[in-house]
Amino acid sequence: MEKFLTLSAIAAPLLRDNIDTDVIIRIDRLVGGRPDELGKYAFELLRYLPDGGENPDFILNLKPYRRAQILLAGANFACGSSREPAVWALQQMGFRCVIAPSFGDIFFANCFQNGMLPIVLDRPTVEAIAAEVEADPEHGFVTVDLEKQTIVSPSGRKIRFEIEPARREALLAGLDEIGMTMSREAEIAAFQARDRNRRPWVYR
Amino acid sequence: MGRTLFDKIWHEHVVADLGNGVALMHVDLHLMHDLGGGPGLRTLAEKGYRVRNPELTFATADHAVSSAPGRTEDTNPVGGRLLRMLREASASNGIRMFDLGSDGQGIVHVIGPEMGLSLPGMTIVCGDSHTCTHGGVGALAFGIGSTELVHVLATQTLVQRKPRRMRVTMDGTPHAGVTPKDLILHLIGLAGAAAGSGFAVEYAGPAIRALGVEGRLTICNLSIELGAKIGMVAPDDATFEYLADRPMAPKGEMWDRAVTHWRRLNSDDDAEFDREVRFDADALAPQVTWGTSPEHVIAIDGRVPDPDGAGDAGRRASMRAALEYMALKPGAPLEGLPIERVFIGSCTNSRLSDLREAARVVKGAKVASRVRAWVVPGSTGVKRAAEAEGLDRIFRDAGFEWREPGCSLCVGANGEMVEPGARCVSTSNRNFVGRQGPGARTHLASPVTAAAAAIAGRLVDVRKLGMEPWKNS
Repeated sequence: MEKFLTLSAIAAPLLRDNIDTDVIIRIDRLVGGRPDELGKYAFELLRYLPDGGENPDFILNLKPYRRAQILLAGANFACGSSREPAVWALQQMGFRCVIAPSFGDIFFANCFQNGMLPIVLDRPTVEAIAAEVEADPEHGFVTVDLEKQTIVSPSGRKIRFEIEPARREALLAGLDEIGMTMSREAEIAAFQARDRNRRPWVYR
Repeated sequence: MGRTLFDKIWHEHVVADLGNGVALMHVDLHLMHDLGGGPGLRTLAEKGYRVRNPELTFATADHAVSSAPGRTEDTNPVGGRLLRMLREASASNGIRMFDLGSDGQGIVHVIGPEMGLSLPGMTIVCGDSHTCTHGGVGALAFGIGSTELVHVLATQTLVQRKPRRMRVTMDGTPHAGVTPKDLILHLIGLAGAAAGSGFAVEYAGPAIRALGVEGRLTICNLSIELGAKIGMVAPDDATFEYLADRPMAPKGEMWDRAVTHWRRLNSDDDAEFDREVRFDADALAPQVTWGTSPEHVIAIDGRVPDPDGAGDAGRRASMRAALEYMALKPGAPLEGLPIERVFIGSCTNSRLSDLREAARVVKGAKVASRVRAWVVPGSTGVKRAAEAEGLDRIFRDAGFEWREPGCSLCVGANGEMVEPGARCVSTSNRNFVGRQGPGARTHLASPVTAAAAAIAGRLVDVRKLGMEPWKNS
C-alpha cells in the first residue's frame, strides 16, 4: 500500500451532506468496466451533462479545483454501499485526502486499505477551511501532516486532527494488513480449535 | 456492569486483542455474490494466498443476473461472465455455491437466513453494505470492501474497531397498513442518515418483539441507511422457530445445544448503551421518501419540507439538490403524486411475508395503465413458495410482471433501470441520485404502499384501504 506522510495541495469544497457512494461511482461502471478507468466516471451524474459534456457549474470542473488532491466534504460523506472502487475513483481523480464532519463507516475503513487519509473535523472547522479556500481558490492550498496530525489552512491556521494510532502507523509505513494477519496464523488456528468445541454448529 | 448483545457476540469472536479497542475478529460465515466474489478470489490467487476456510464461505449470484422471466445466465451478458467467473473460482476453491435455478439462489441477504446459513451469535460478512440485514436473526453482520474481502478469504478474520453501542427502542403497536419498513424509515427520518455512524445498533422494545423474523430482517437491513454498518435484534423463540429445520441449520442434538447457547444472547438489564433512541409506533403513518437520502422521509399524509427551515448549510444544500432532482416543491403533498413505475423486491422487502402483504392489496384489482409494476422475489425459494400459494397469479392477473430472483431494480447492476425522469415507488433501500438509473426518481416505501400505488397510479395512504395489521413469518 502507498504510504501517506504529508500532502500540500489545493483543496476543493463539496460541502453538501450525504454524498453517497453511488454518486461517487455508479455501479454500472463497476460491472464489466475497467478498474483503471474509474477516475473519469467519478461523480459522473454531477460532473457531466446528459449530452456527455462537462457541467460548468460543478465545482470539481472549475479550474483551480481540477488539480485538487484534498476534498472538503459535507456530513456522512460516502455513505451507502461498501464498494471500494469509490475510494479508487477518488484516487484516480487525484484525491488523497478527504476532510469531512462524518463518513460512511465502510468507506472510512476502505480508505485505510488504500493509502487514502479520511479526516474527521467538526462541521464549523470544515466550513471555515472551505471559506478560506473559496476566498482565493488559486492559492487554496491546505497542508496535511499525518506524522504531526496537523492541518494548515490557506491562511496559515494550524488545526490538530485525531486519528486512531494503529491506522496512522499503517498509513505512515504503508503496511499491508493481510500480511500482518497472516503472521498470526497460530492464534487463528488456536481460536478455531477452542471454538469448534464451544460452537461446533458454526463449522459446517 | 451488564453487557449488551453486541458485546457478548464481539467477545466470543476475539482472536487477538490488538489494543486501543481494535481486535482481530473471527468470521464465522462469509457470503459472496457475483459482483465481488469472482474478482475477490482472483485477487487472492494473484497475491499467492489460498482460501483458508472454504467450508465457512458460500456464494450465489444476485447483483448482475437478469430478472427477466425465462432468463438464462447470459440474458445479461456481463452478468453471465461474472457468474461463470464466480462458479469456476468457487469450484476450484471448494466453496459451495447456490447456482441459478437452485433453491438457494437469490439475493445474498435473503438466502442467508432462508437457508439457515445465518444463525444467531455468528459473525457474518459479505462484500455488500446490506449485510447488516442478517442482524435480524441475532447475528453480528456487516458489509466489507474488496480488500477486507480478500483478508477474510485468506485468514477467516478481520481487523475491526469496536463500535459504540446504540439502542433503538420501539414502543407501541403500529396501525394497520404501517409495516416494519415504515418503522425503520421513520427512525432514519427522526435520527438522520448519519446517526448510526460509528455505532452498532440494537433494535428492542415491544414493537420489535412483536415482529416476525422477516420484519426484523427488514428493520436491520436499513441500519446502513441510518449510518450504522451493524444492526441487530436479540434472538428469541420466534427466531428459533424460523430457523429450525432450515437446510443448513444444525439438526437434532446439535440444534438443542445451539439454542441453549443462543438463549444467552441478549442485552443484560443493566447493560449501558452509548446512545439511546426511543419512539412510539402507535401514532405512525405509512412513510414515503421525498428526496435523495433515506432521511428525506415523511408520513404519506405529510408535506415536503422547506430547506430554509433546515439547521445548517450542508443539510440545506442536500435538501435543495434533492428537491430539484425529484421535481418537487416545498409544501407539496406526496399523497396523490402520479407515478410511472413500481418495484416490489430487494434485500429489504422481497421475502414471502412481503409478497403476501402486497398481494392482499393487489388481489382483484388492476395496475393503473400508466404504471409498469414489477415483483422480483428475493430468492428462488421465495418464488417457488409464493407460486405454491398462488401469489404469482394474483400479481399477474393484476398486471404485474412476475420476475426471476435477484437484486434487479434496486441497484441496476444487471442493466435493469427506471427511465430518466420516471417516478418509481420502490420497496428497496436507497433513493440516491441515479440509483435506479440516471435521472430516475425513487420514492422508498413499504410493499403495501408500493402495491397500492401500482393500482392507483399515484401515491396513496394505505390506511384508507381498510387494511388488516401487518403479518409476517
